[in-house]
Amino acid sequence: MRLTLTDEQQMIQTMAREFAESEIKPVAEELDREERFPHETVKRLGELGMMGMTIPERWGGSGADAVSLIVAIIELAKQCASHAVILTVNNSLYCEPILTFGTDAQRERFLTPCARGEKIGCFSLTEPQAGSDAANQQTMAVRDGDHYVLNGRKIFVTNGREASTALVFCQTDRAKGRNGVTALLVDKGTPGFSVPRTEEKLGIRASDTAEFLFEDCRVPVANRLGEEGQGFKIALATLASSRIGIAAQGVGIATGAYERSVAYARERKAFGVPIGQHQMIQWMLADMATTIEGARLLTLRAAALKDAGQPYVKAASMAKYFAAETAMKVTTDAIQVHGGYGYTREYQVERFFRDAKITQIYEGTSQIQKLVIAREVLGGDA
Amino acid sequence: MKILVAIKQVPDTATQVKIGAGGKAIDTAGITWIVSPYDEFAVEEALRVKEKRGQGEVVAVCLGPDRAKEALRSCLAMGCDRAIHLNDPAWTAADTLTTARALAAVIKQEQPQLVLCGRQAIDDDMGAVTAQLSEVLGWPCAAWIMEESVDADGKNVRAARQVEGGLEVFDLPLPAVISAQKGLNEPRYPTLKGIMGAKKKEIKDVKASDLGLGAEPPQLSVVALEALPPRPPGRVIQGDVATAVKELVRALREEAKAI
Repeated sequence: MRLTLTDEQQMIQTMAREFAESEIKPVAEELDREERFPHETVKRLGELGMMGMTIPERWGGSGADAVSLIVAIIELAKQCASHAVILTVNNSLYCEPILTFGTDAQRERFLTPCARGEKIGCFSLTEPQAGSDAANQQTMAVRDGDHYVLNGRKIFVTNGREASTALVFCQTDRAKGRNGVTALLVDKGTPGFSVPRTEEKLGIRASDTAEFLFEDCRVPVANRLGEEGQGFKIALATLASSRIGIAAQGVGIATGAYERSVAYARERKAFGVPIGQHQMIQWMLADMATTIEGARLLTLRAAALKDAGQPYVKAASMAKYFAAETAMKVTTDAIQVHGGYGYTREYQVERFFRDAKITQIYEGTSQIQKLVIAREVLGGDA
Repeated sequence: MKILVAIKQVPDTATQVKIGAGGKAIDTAGITWIVSPYDEFAVEEALRVKEKRGQGEVVAVCLGPDRAKEALRSCLAMGCDRAIHLNDPAWTAADTLTTARALAAVIKQEQPQLVLCGRQAIDDDMGAVTAQLSEVLGWPCAAWIMEESVDADGKNVRAARQVEGGLEVFDLPLPAVISAQKGLNEPRYPTLKGIMGAKKKEIKDVKASDLGLGAEPPQLSVVALEALPPRPPGRVIQGDVATAVKELVRALREEAKAI
């Protein structure tokens, strides 16, 4: 069994690490404080080929494998979780489903500019009454000639304000329930499509989270991704893949908080010695290091399975669940290691703590991941 | 225009260097290796010359053991067109003159119009190869360059280096050797495309015999590496401010001889 990265994956990791340390780390605190979208660094990520890493070159991407994407996301999240999610959503929640389910004409128009990082895409599934119960879609699309007329409200759309196009899930046949869900690509600027507000959040504050309102919004039938009724399948397949990215974000957040804790344990003195010489601090650092390594390996394994073309739904859910719980626990302990200073903004672990929470919630809560894992474990019996 | 960049693979700048068993070399266990930062300026400048002219070829060359291939691959990922790896047990103990002679032999084969190096490698900080290389080649050399521009017909290069209070500007006929100082440029990050494409580019292995060179004993051999003595602890001067300042001034003058 091989547990090492290839030369190429290592080079991508090094590049992402250097970029994150030199370009993202210096601005991360300010972006968080001001709740400001990082246009400049995201543009540069696009120029480096990072915004569509796993998309083939033919469609504007870089043609890298899932493991490369994961190691890059970890490096970004070690400095700023917002950058990590902006990239993950664009690559895995927007570009990948268009690559998998789109026609060449749709790929040309909707995928290529976003894979190149010239534009940003987003994925809009959640509604006020459809979170974990994602099949309960209330947004309706009614066919009218060669258009759908779209009406409804969507919430918690990551990249929603900044995106040029949204992949929107809606009902085309309510009687069919989840088999009536359809996916539409809706451009910003389409009459009847508005962004009434963005959320003020606890963490990932540099990433925008928007609400969408559709009022008699006419969307060409040519913008439909896949067939009518195929939307829920597209959503589930897409989420399974992008969960590995959120797992990587969790690993990165945890690692960033852990590395800062190790540095602090070496320099901060109490009772005449660096606190790292006290056993209770050592205990916490050992737990952090061990769980992070476990989360990292689960995440890389899920990505490796995906690259090998093998089933990875269970592995992705395990990675996402464990990495999210690890991020929350490690960042909590990281503040503890820092004591009172950790509770202030001076040492950044406070930001990592706030950023960690979302990884237990979005793209399937930890509870939903356990549900997916249990279903996989029990087969069709649950 | 063909440009050749000579690079060295060195321990990462964050490495805590330890002296190895035998006391003549450092302990390389666990070291992360990188392209020497001044050499990255040289690579970046070579790529910019090529891009500005709209054509040309940039060849990266490195003398070093097997692991030096990683450094060459980083150069290819940044955009160099191909690489040459001078890798031979005969060069294990190579000093700067041996290195310069090997590079000169490659340069005679490749015939670039411009050779770029870093001003020194950040491991041993010797900074001798550029000068020795130009001497062996009989080419003009400008060292510690902050600005350069190759003229339109590729016959001359104008180069400038920082001197006390200003810039000193030279014109050199090509072919020439130039060494890069910090400030010449800001090296690019390799793009994903560059990284993915690097494995398709050629890294040619070259041995001493391929260059018509035999094994020669180094002119310069390391006798010993000595660790710096541990820094003595600081001294706190006690007493009221007026007395303490007097004592500080006395100590700085008489003991440290700093003022």
